Amino acid sequence: MTLAAAAGLSHTQGFLSPTGVEIAFLLVGLVTFGAAVVTVTTRQLVHAALWLVVALGGLAVEYLLLTAEFIAWVQVLIYVGSVVVLLLFGLMLTKAPIGRSPDADSGNRWAALAVAVASAAALVWVVVDAFRTTWIDLDGRAAGSTEVTGEALFQNWVLPFEALSVLLLAALVGAIVLSRKAKATPTSAASADATPTGPTPGNGTTTRTPTGAATPSRGTSDGPSPAPGGRSSASDGRSSASNGQPSPQEGAR
Amino acid sequence: MNDALDVALRLLVVFVVFLAFPLIVGQTEHKVMAHMQGRLGPMYAGGFHGWAQLVADGVKFAQKEDVVPAGADRRIFQLAPAVALLPYLLVLLAIPIGPGEGAVGQAVDAGIFFVLAVMGVGVLGSLMAGWASANKFSLLGGLRTAAQLLAYELPMLLAAASVAMAAGTVSLPGIVDAFQWWWLPWQIVGAIVFFVAGLAELQRPPFDMPVADSEIIFGAYTEYTGLRFALFLLAEYAGIVVLCGLTTVLFLGGWHGPWGADGLGWVWTLLKTAILAFVVIWLRVTYPRLREDQLQKLSWTLLVPLALAQIALTGVVKVVIQ
Repeated sequence: MTLAAAAGLSHTQGFLSPTGVEIAFLLVGLVTFGAAVVTVTTRQLVHAALWLVVALGGLAVEYLLLTAEFIAWVQVLIYVGSVVVLLLFGLMLTKAPIGRSPDADSGNRWAALAVAVASAAALVWVVVDAFRTTWIDLDGRAAGSTEVTGEALFQNWVLPFEALSVLLLAALVGAIVLSRKAKATPTSAASADATPTGPTPGNGTTTRTPTGAATPSRGTSDGPSPAPGGRSSASDGRSSASNGQPSPQEGAR
Repeated sequence: MNDALDVALRLLVVFVVFLAFPLIVGQTEHKVMAHMQGRLGPMYAGGFHGWAQLVADGVKFAQKEDVVPAGADRRIFQLAPAVALLPYLLVLLAIPIGPGEGAVGQAVDAGIFFVLAVMGVGVLGSLMAGWASANKFSLLGGLRTAAQLLAYELPMLLAAASVAMAAGTVSLPGIVDAFQWWWLPWQIVGAIVFFVAGLAELQRPPFDMPVADSEIIFGAYTEYTGLRFALFLLAEYAGIVVLCGLTTVLFLGGWHGPWGADGLGWVWTLLKTAILAFVVIWLRVTYPRLREDQLQKLSWTLLVPLALAQIALTGVVKVVIQ
């Protein structure tokens, strides 16, 4: 949509004329779409999270191609760098076997599909309705640069911005309150997603990790021994540094 | 044609820096640690004070068999080192070492965001390695990595936001351009928070709980051998270079120095970066490893409030001087 608008408004080019940027936009869009589809169809939980990284990263590239540089980097920072890491953290804490998860399918898939289609339709309708009569000045400053975004955010849209930040703050406080309550009960049923906001997440991670389904498969007959011998040369002083005393490891090199 | 040549040349220079600087830091680490601990360090390879030790290490790593554990998730296991290493190469592109267009790989408009965002992606490599190895030590290491990243990303961002507020721009060359000498005492708290949080994100001692070799056998990297393991090590040292370069650019004034401003700015940048890298090594030799709960406590109860206080101070001073 935006692509069509951008192409239609620039006077030198026709509708969807195949310039390099537009071709790249379409190709990245296809990759993003494919990754998103694999995310919801794969049976391997961690693979789904990693495909989500591809999809979100592809979206960031699309933002870049639309000259929305600031939004693109924020997308990488928030979604790829934090949300997916949180997701993986939660998956590893619970049950993420290597290979297929037999119970990875949900019985609610049709309801989920209906909700997804409805929300997508609402979004498309809102965006089309909001920008139908908008004319974009392509000769001025790039509309997505940090400066322009900041001015728009703190001059025209400051009220919604503040409302959103209050909402997020409320969510944050709520998460902390919930995780504290759960911690008070002896069953320790604190949920994994509340851990990072909790006061001492460290305790939770170390005590509950063994439930992860890592199968210890360290072969002793693996030919050249995979670990400590090769490692000691390059990382020699780590143990000595942390023990605070000089190590007699010189001979090992 | 000229443009293409220019781009190729810049990429080549950044790539050479990316390959050479981590090795220099590594060699310095060997020697500095040896001196600080009253021992010799590697002395034989290459003759003079073991200067070729890292080259020999590289040859050794390349000769080793590339083992993938039978129970591992092959593709993710093999992909993880690249995911850990490449972000630092990208970040290096955006760090300016001197004034003007010629001294930065690519001037990025939202430089701080780009740099911090891409650095955060590198941790995905450790997470992938930790999960895909099918090893409980690796999984523990991956979990600790994730917990550490989540805890330390926030103070790092807040400290960077403070200096961006002070400069009134988020572009890295713009920030160094705006730098004045009195920013040093003004932003010192932010600088320390940024540096410490960056160290923790790199999992360097004393924040090396995720790779603690004496208890979980190098955490996420337990199952790695040969070149893939070397790539993880290279990522760690490239991370040191990037972190020191970033701290220099954001808080220490980059190419500004007391004298020799004309044409020698890049020397100042490199000098400051080298001193910070020395500090990183020094800290490794000096402090014992922090326990996992101490790690979390340090971030949430000390660094985050300090960073917030720094932002408040920056805001107040900024309003007053206008």
